[in-house]
Amino acid sequence: MSSPEDQALIGAIFEESSVLTVKDLSRMCAVDERHIVEFVEEGVLNVVEINTTEWQFTGTALRRARLALRLERDLELNLAGVALALELMEELEHLRRELKARR
Amino acid sequence: MEFKDYYKIMGVARDATEAQIKQAYRKLARKYHPDVSKEKDAEARFKEVGEAYEVLKSPEKRAAYDQLGQGQPGQDFRPPPDWGAGFEFAGASSGDPSYSDFFESLFGAQGRAGPGNRRGAFHPGRGEDHHAKVLLDLDATLRGGARQLTLRVPEIDADGRLVSKERVLNVQVPKGILAGQHIRLAGQGARASGEGAPGDLYIEVEFQPHPSYKVDGRDLYLDLPVAPWEAALGAAVKTPTPTGTVDLKIPAGSHAGSKLRLKGRGIPASPPGDFYVVLQIALPPANDDKANAAYAAFAAALPFNPRASLGV
Repeated sequence: MSSPEDQALIGAIFEESSVLTVKDLSRMCAVDERHIVEFVEEGVLNVVEINTTEWQFTGTALRRARLALRLERDLELNLAGVALALELMEELEHLRRELKARR
Repeated sequence: MEFKDYYKIMGVARDATEAQIKQAYRKLARKYHPDVSKEKDAEARFKEVGEAYEVLKSPEKRAAYDQLGQGQPGQDFRPPPDWGAGFEFAGASSGDPSYSDFFESLFGAQGRAGPGNRRGAFHPGRGEDHHAKVLLDLDATLRGGARQLTLRVPEIDADGRLVSKERVLNVQVPKGILAGQHIRLAGQGARASGEGAPGDLYIEVEFQPHPSYKVDGRDLYLDLPVAPWEAALGAAVKTPTPTGTVDLKIPAGSHAGSKLRLKGRGIPASPPGDFYVVLQIALPPANDDKANAAYAAFAAALPFNPRASLGV
């Protein structure tokens, strides 16, 4: 038998190796490009690079976009609700960290 | 196969209105949504609720389900042979494909929108991307290395039913990956239906709890027990770190909860995380005459009131 190292698939850390466009996110999340644009307009996703002709995102936007889509679908939230939920979830995470650091 | 009481799962009466069902669903979905919930079994409950809602929100499915009468939950169940005749189910769900056998036997594959329904329309040439989540041991990110990952892949079988298949992949885990980040494996997603390139596979990483380290983003925390005199007088003590045992200098006057930072010795991401040592004061047991005498001498030598700040 060959050792596991032999034919291992080489994976890259997606968040650190990628710059994404609206088109990429649309394909990866299987939603309309318009939907991604709405996420940006509502502040759900942040654009990193505006001095090019095209909007660009870091790899972390994929996780955020997928989370937003799940919340939207499963909890039947509208965009503003998703944006608010994400903000509050972030704040909660931040507070949990603070709390942990103080203990 | 077990009978499922969808009304009971949703906590509504059998004559509940559509509005009541919707309201019940939203409440339960918020409570058990795996992204939001801290409840135990949140994911399983959420799926159950989603399945119940899928049936009860659709007038056709609900009517067909009601026709079955009231089985007992948990009871062995077979749908009557003529059941479902005359009902037409539209695939309306956008949700999770992992519905129960009970649901499948009633509404079959056409009752459920498969994972492909929402997709494919935008970029018809290319295969779908797949997403999966794995639990890795912390060592995988600290040292990197190959790991066997077992993924469950939903597939449509020859009868058009959705089945879950196991797929074992041997993956070189990138050193320094953090929880919540994805390993991207190009070309390991779904095959394209035509000439196009296959999709990619995205594997989201979470870590199994480590016996001694706690993970916080890229930082690691270790609770390190020290003797009272080591904390009070200072000492150099042996400390395990991800890169091997080091001699850690404990400054004099340390106390329980004192945090010492070893810069750059956390998860080797870019930039690398830090390694925090949190001191715990361990008391030697007073279980023989010698120890008792030492404690007594200690008490005699130091007029110390640990409760001074409480005013007593």
